[in-house]
Amino acid sequence: MTEALFLVFIFMLAAFLGFELISKVPPTLHTPLMSGSNAISGVTLVGALVVAGEQQTPLLTAVGVLAVVLATLNAVGGFLVTDRMLKFFRRR
Amino acid sequence: MTELLVQGGYLIASVLFILAIKLLASPRTARQGNLLGALGMLIGVVVTLLHRQIVRYEWIGVGVGVGAALAAWLALTVKMTAMPQMVSLLNGFGGAASALVAGAEAGRALYTGSLADLSFFSLLTIGLSVLIGAVTFTGSLIAFAKLQEVMTGRPIVLPAHHGQSLLLLGVSLAGMGYLLYAQQELGLWVLAAAAAILGVWITLPVGGADMPVIVAFLNSLSGLAAAATGFVLTNYLLIIAGVLVGASGLILTQIMARAMNRSLWNVLFGAVGAQGPAATAEGRTVRSTTAEDVALMLAYAKEVVIIPGYGMAVAQAQHAVKKLTDALEKRGVQVRFAIHPVAGRMPGHMNVLLAEADIPYEKLYEMERINPDMPQVDVALVIGANDVVNPAARTDPHSPLYGMPIIDADKARTVVVLKRSMNPGFAGVENALFYQPNTYMLFGDARKSLEAVVEALKEV
Repeated sequence: MTEALFLVFIFMLAAFLGFELISKVPPTLHTPLMSGSNAISGVTLVGALVVAGEQQTPLLTAVGVLAVVLATLNAVGGFLVTDRMLKFFRRR
Repeated sequence: MTELLVQGGYLIASVLFILAIKLLASPRTARQGNLLGALGMLIGVVVTLLHRQIVRYEWIGVGVGVGAALAAWLALTVKMTAMPQMVSLLNGFGGAASALVAGAEAGRALYTGSLADLSFFSLLTIGLSVLIGAVTFTGSLIAFAKLQEVMTGRPIVLPAHHGQSLLLLGVSLAGMGYLLYAQQELGLWVLAAAAAILGVWITLPVGGADMPVIVAFLNSLSGLAAAATGFVLTNYLLIIAGVLVGASGLILTQIMARAMNRSLWNVLFGAVGAQGPAATAEGRTVRSTTAEDVALMLAYAKEVVIIPGYGMAVAQAQHAVKKLTDALEKRGVQVRFAIHPVAGRMPGHMNVLLAEADIPYEKLYEMERINPDMPQVDVALVIGANDVVNPAARTDPHSPLYGMPIIDADKARTVVVLKRSMNPGFAGVENALFYQPNTYMLFGDARKSLEAVVEALKEV
């Protein structure tokens, strides 16, 4: 139970940090912020990798592979598309 | 030892994610920030591969290969105007992945024994992850379909719609209860199915100009789904990254809702299109004009403010806007841009399109900064924007838009509106701006109209 509480601590601290950091992002960058943070939420990939790489039932492996495909799409697609957008925001 | 390496890697990845978001706060450092985020992801993935539970790599290779190839193809070919639907789609994938990973955790317990082997806390977080992930997935797919115009972009409201949504939420929670207290697999299936339908039901009644709110809200949910999965796996990296994204989406949701003078609750449960229009256009006429006249008005102006809206994105007119800006500046006309927070279909949509067309972001002004200057502006050029310049929001207490902060285009000396036709905007509300004596309407496709104005400017 104490471990669960410890996880909640981390959750809470990260939430406050997130609010602080994100309220400083100017409106002009809101779309890249969204797609970039979206890519970061693809971090669920690290969980998916374990499911896909374990020696369990074929069904679980299939679920894991599907999760890997989706999470990779989310992460790689998100970072690439954000980079494409941010290229336009170079200072001349 | 391996465990230390894995956790150390996750620590570095967490720091990189935090730095990434910190650097996104300035256009100068944003690109670097995004690269740091990608680096964090790479480190997270590489150290995960050392995990002792992973015994086979071939399926991982297939999954990552297929996902990365599809992602590259999508990300490098998508048009900038299609960014809202692209972000929605990727968002949905992330939500689905989180739900699947949490579901697999339950599947593993069933394979080796029963769900009763899992702690209450594990079952609770698995349930939450599946709930949030499933809502994110189906909700994002509907948002994608609306934005891509696979289905109508207007709100779809079924009889007793919100009662049905509440019922679905109730069924999900009942499934959750069955999962927690009876430790039965069926509970998880009921939860997943009801949540998937709930995602559809939440997104259906949201349409048109309300889309930025739901897109931001779903973004927030995808982060929370990842964080819930982090609780399931006791993975600090997932929790931290997920919460950062959750916070980001929530702040954007708030900003968007505030820019429309509505609460998130009102957006999700009070579809605008369903209300009747307050003011009608009876007996009033608009003044239509030609590209040549518009060119004249612009050429002899000192200050021009351009107000873009979703119509600019639809017509892909951002490059034509750039051409017009260049032509006017060459003549010594000062050109600025006024950006309403909810112009377009996602937060910051207009900014990205104008940046793509190489218009410096220093020329983009937020609503609060440009409004005091509007009475001194010679020409306000409205390109495909409607509700965000409707003066009824200030003056007509019966208008559904009343109270929404707007750009005061009506206060400019002359107003030129580029518009496809006289159809009212998404909210179905007549726009008093169009009937003002100092307003001229230039009908037609925004890009063609702008190109015609640029041509005509050469003759002036």
